Amino acid sequence: MATQFVINGLKATIEGKEILKGIDLEMKGGEIHAIMGPNGTGKSTLASALMGHPKYEVTEGNVTINGEDLLEMEVDERARAGLFLAMQYPSEIAGVTNSDFMRSAINARRGEGNEISLIKFIRQMEGKMKELEMNEEFAHRYLNEGFSGGEKKRNEILQMMMLDPKIVVLDEIDSGLDIDALRIVANGVNAMRSEDRGFLIITHYQRLLNYVKPDFVHVMMQGRIVKSGGPELAERLEAEGYDWVKEELGITDETVGKDA
Amino acid sequence: MSTQTILPVDRETVAALSSRKNEPAWLAESRLQALENAATLDYPKLEKTKIERWNLNTYGVYADAVEAKSFSDVPAEARSFLNEDGAQDMDNVLVQHNSGVVYRRLNAELAAKGIIFTDLETAVREHEALVKPYLMQALKADEHRMAALHAALWNGGAFLYIPKNVEVDIPLQALFYTDDAQATFAPHVLIVAEANSRVSYMDNYVSGQLQAPIVHNGVVEVFVKPGAKVTYASIHHLGEQATDVTFRRAIVENDGRIEWIVGEMHNGNAASETNSILQGNGSTSDAKIICVGNGEQKLNITTKAVHIGKSSDSQMITRAVMRESASSIINGITKIEKGATKANGEQTERVLMLSPKARGDANPILLIDEDDVTAGHAASAGQVNQEQVHYMMSRGISREDAENLIIRGFLAPVVAEVPNEYLQQLLKSYIERKLGQ
Repeated sequence: MATQFVINGLKATIEGKEILKGIDLEMKGGEIHAIMGPNGTGKSTLASALMGHPKYEVTEGNVTINGEDLLEMEVDERARAGLFLAMQYPSEIAGVTNSDFMRSAINARRGEGNEISLIKFIRQMEGKMKELEMNEEFAHRYLNEGFSGGEKKRNEILQMMMLDPKIVVLDEIDSGLDIDALRIVANGVNAMRSEDRGFLIITHYQRLLNYVKPDFVHVMMQGRIVKSGGPELAERLEAEGYDWVKEELGITDETVGKDA
Repeated sequence: MSTQTILPVDRETVAALSSRKNEPAWLAESRLQALENAATLDYPKLEKTKIERWNLNTYGVYADAVEAKSFSDVPAEARSFLNEDGAQDMDNVLVQHNSGVVYRRLNAELAAKGIIFTDLETAVREHEALVKPYLMQALKADEHRMAALHAALWNGGAFLYIPKNVEVDIPLQALFYTDDAQATFAPHVLIVAEANSRVSYMDNYVSGQLQAPIVHNGVVEVFVKPGAKVTYASIHHLGEQATDVTFRRAIVENDGRIEWIVGEMHNGNAASETNSILQGNGSTSDAKIICVGNGEQKLNITTKAVHIGKSSDSQMITRAVMRESASSIINGITKIEKGATKANGEQTERVLMLSPKARGDANPILLIDEDDVTAGHAASAGQVNQEQVHYMMSRGISREDAENLIIRGFLAPVVAEVPNEYLQQLLKSYIERKLGQ
């Protein structure tokens, strides 16, 4: 069955302030969707709310992954159901090595008695790290501790590749990456493109979309998707900025949730 | 006006101990003097802990130790703390069972280099000239009542002497094992590392089935001569019946270095002080301490560095995990004396609390009497970081597993420093046991 991911009328608040004001989006396996928009329009909130970050409260709407109610699930259950979020600011965890963390995550999917063999795991991890041009020592370093911004992003992509998710949300994976790192990350994403995997790429810039061609582009403002189109929309935004969209829609302040 | 103090031991008992051991007159005399002083001295003043409310009176009486003819004569439970099958003969090991040392072996090659590794009672008789200048000198018997009682009562113990320029690659190991609450258990560890020598020593304090309350009043003294380096790893895991009070002191001379790695995995109330006195110019210290508290435990764990020498450097890290109703006071004291120019002291205390009833105080204390120095501190006490838990859960790891990984990770950097794989495994198993796994 091809993956089906449906967001329907999603509203969410942070500390009582409404940030998402009704998001509708449908994605199928094989599709790449990009969500673009200026800062402060609710893009990252959408990513965090989908993953179930405790700071955000969903007040209305529903989200399903292959018909299953995502919002009813705990964060770890969402991940095991196939959702993956590459975070903008991954946590640093001292004392837990990257490889121990990754193996725990894989085994959490496989269940007790069916753990991955150490040899197979190491081979897999080394292979993927090579693809991402990561130094082998990163396997034994503490999770994200002392990693540079670019190294953290690469490590997020490594996790995505190891965990084989159905729906991938990339939250500003391109920010803080130099052009080489951007190419490597994009290659990683492209290598993972498949008929039963959908991608939702959240970004400010067209830059990443030069390497990863989206099928659909959505513009977010004021906590809503205000415009959707094909890849040509991203190109126009890159060339002309967001002002024409605002003008077209009569929006003066595109941000959401700011204090008056 | 002073109140009459009733001590847990009497003069006759102490005198009998000395004569039974054929101790030299100076030692017999100093034991009696210490006992006399104990009556008027106060208990040590610990930050936010009234140690005098703990059980500090059940010292028991000295029980003669039965010498083990071979390793297999050592009690089986005690042996299990030294190696996997507990049968394999072991070199470079010393075992104290209750009041006395029952087994000691030093590899012939090390002995040939002039290294001495034996119990302190034997050392006093056979190497008096090497013991007398050091015994109860880093911790003076009149500092407080615990020190005085220890000086009066100490038994068994370990003496490790490394001659000048000798480097030892194999860690020497001691096991202090108590399974009889009626028997006094007060080992004294004395290490003297002569100039430019290097040694690694580790010990383990454990108990069998204790039927009644007991006090472990332990003292460790390390003398690090110019250019020498001593690594001291210690794990305490006595049973709930035991109150554990331990003072560790090192005096470090020019360019010498002391490294402490301590696992406070005790099950009853415990107070410890790990103190590096950086006497010499260019002397350095590094203390890494982990502590896990559970049940109703009360813990007071202090790391301290006293900078006297110029350009001396101290590093101190304490990490504690408290669960159930355990409470801990974690102190870091950096003291820089006038004249210790260019000294640098860094300390970190972190406490992780796993239940609403667990308590943890992290107290960084900087006492600086010199201007031309650098010092830093960081302290925190709190719950498991929920942002970290969320990150792990977002990869499919359950909340419980995520928290477990974070807690173990919190202690891991210290566990990894234990210089022996078997002891490292043991420490991990104590951590698991205390975390209720």
